[in-house]
Amino acid sequence: MGLVRFFARRILLTIPVLVGMSVVVFLLLRLVPGDPAQVILGLRATPEGLAAVHRDLGLDLPWHRQYLHWVGNFLSGDLGQDYRSHIPVAVLLRQRLPVTLELAALSMLVSLCTAIPLGVAAAVRRGGAADRAAMLLGLAGISIPDFWLAIMLILFVALGLGVLPSSGFMPLTQNLVGNLRSMALPSLTLAAGLAAVLVRMTRASMLDVLSREYIKFARAKGLRNRVVVYRHALRNAAIPIITLLGLQSGYLLGGAVIVEQVFDLPGLGSLTVTATLERNYPVVQATALLIGLLFVVVNIATDLVYGALNPRIRVG
Amino acid sequence: MASTEAAAYYPRVLRIGEILRRSRMASAGLTLGAVLVALAAFAPLVATADPTAMDFNAPFARPGLAHPFGADNFGRDVFSRVLFGYRTSLLVAAGSVGLALLFGTPLGLVAGFVGGITDHVIMRPMDALMAFPAILLTVSFAGVVGASTGVLIVVIAVVYLPIIARTMRASTLAVRAEPFVEGARSRGASPLRLMARHVVPNAMDPVLIQASVLMGIAILIEAALSFIGLGTQPPHPSLGLMLADGRDIMRDAPWVVIFPGLAIVLAVLSFNLVADGLRDVLDPRGALR
Repeated sequence: MGLVRFFARRILLTIPVLVGMSVVVFLLLRLVPGDPAQVILGLRATPEGLAAVHRDLGLDLPWHRQYLHWVGNFLSGDLGQDYRSHIPVAVLLRQRLPVTLELAALSMLVSLCTAIPLGVAAAVRRGGAADRAAMLLGLAGISIPDFWLAIMLILFVALGLGVLPSSGFMPLTQNLVGNLRSMALPSLTLAAGLAAVLVRMTRASMLDVLSREYIKFARAKGLRNRVVVYRHALRNAAIPIITLLGLQSGYLLGGAVIVEQVFDLPGLGSLTVTATLERNYPVVQATALLIGLLFVVVNIATDLVYGALNPRIRVG
Repeated sequence: MASTEAAAYYPRVLRIGEILRRSRMASAGLTLGAVLVALAAFAPLVATADPTAMDFNAPFARPGLAHPFGADNFGRDVFSRVLFGYRTSLLVAAGSVGLALLFGTPLGLVAGFVGGITDHVIMRPMDALMAFPAILLTVSFAGVVGASTGVLIVVIAVVYLPIIARTMRASTLAVRAEPFVEGARSRGASPLRLMARHVVPNAMDPVLIQASVLMGIAILIEAALSFIGLGTQPPHPSLGLMLADGRDIMRDAPWVVIFPGLAIVLAVLSFNLVADGLRDVLDPRGALR
């Protein structure tokens, strides 16, 4: 199968996933015990008010019409309104999404810059100091809860040393240094867990590649160690690392939900949690669908990169 | 015939002893885990105080003899609260992974062993489930039916189901191709007998490693969701809830956030040590999968 057909097939396969996801998110609102309009209006509910909310949410239509109506609105960019502030949900998402994306990008950068060199060094000198450090990071990073790490960083670094803000957010457009300072502890927190899985994978993958014949051959040719390790070995060891990075994007989004909450960052995650606790359904539906969409897009991108790097899997 | 078939087994009990001898990591993890489970099981006996009792003489008490981990702003004993919090953590870990194993193992076994259309019918929904971000599923579910420990167990089990099924399927495919399965088949063993006596005992290793990792992650998820208010609800004990309450007073009493967090780390660490140790012994190349 050619590369183009592989890509086309992969993208077509996500259509059922997207439809399934939208049905689940749609059903969320309908599965709420009782009348969602009652929950939204609470004590202020009057018969007229309830009828108005029913019309707003399209609850007076049959289910399949409701679904099509909702998907149609969603695709045309009408995501409904926040039931408390009456701000259009689309506006909220536009404000919140960049914060989460910046957090995810910075965390990924920090973890890649630590995990890859450490994992490579660990594999090159098995049992050495770097290997021990890698094993420690690999075990600690997956055993320490991110929100507790966040609390410890706030307690000891922000409050204890007083060098970085403990919470709050400075927009990138306002002040670059202030923005990075407000993002430092959150992205460090989120990076720790990701770095742990990356360092494990880098080490394992490099150990595997370094034992191959072509590496022995490259060494026998008299190539310098650096060239062998970085150009020959790491390039081939990168395939499983990239796949893992894609799979872990879900972890980043999930972690962002918690970390934003602890550091009081106005991102997509804290919006989702607040809306869920307040039963602000239009916001919950929109954020759920957006997070799901992000997840699917990253998964496709991972598969495409993987397919381009590793011709063998295109057959399947 | 019985003796040749028995050769397909490894003696289970002997193997656990062997794993412990060969991996310091696994034995450290198992020992730690056993101690923590015992502490949780015998919490009422070990606790130094009633976890809900407020001692108005001891608000913000420093860690010491009376309160090994200190006391919170109501004078409640942090050590005792941690012990009871462990009960919830371990219940969620055991419950969610247990449910996922109960349904996921047979699904993966049948998909891998029978193959063909059956494989597709079982695995495509699993793939779709896998494509769903776990946190999204958990948060929205908790938002709709209300948050509680029980909901948490079910949701985590749903998230784990495709992971267990996939692992079991891959492992079944590998074992099915082994000569001893072919041998038993040619001697006329029924498919059911093949699966039960030959495939399952030999295909469970990767599933058990995965289960150990997932138990640790379940403890993390329980704590995190309870922390943001979408998991265990007060007055039920939870390490995540303790951390959420402790945040407001951590400047005056850092021990209320330090010890419950360390408790979570130890529990998760024990499962991860077991998983790493098992992997080293049973499946040296497994880290690449």
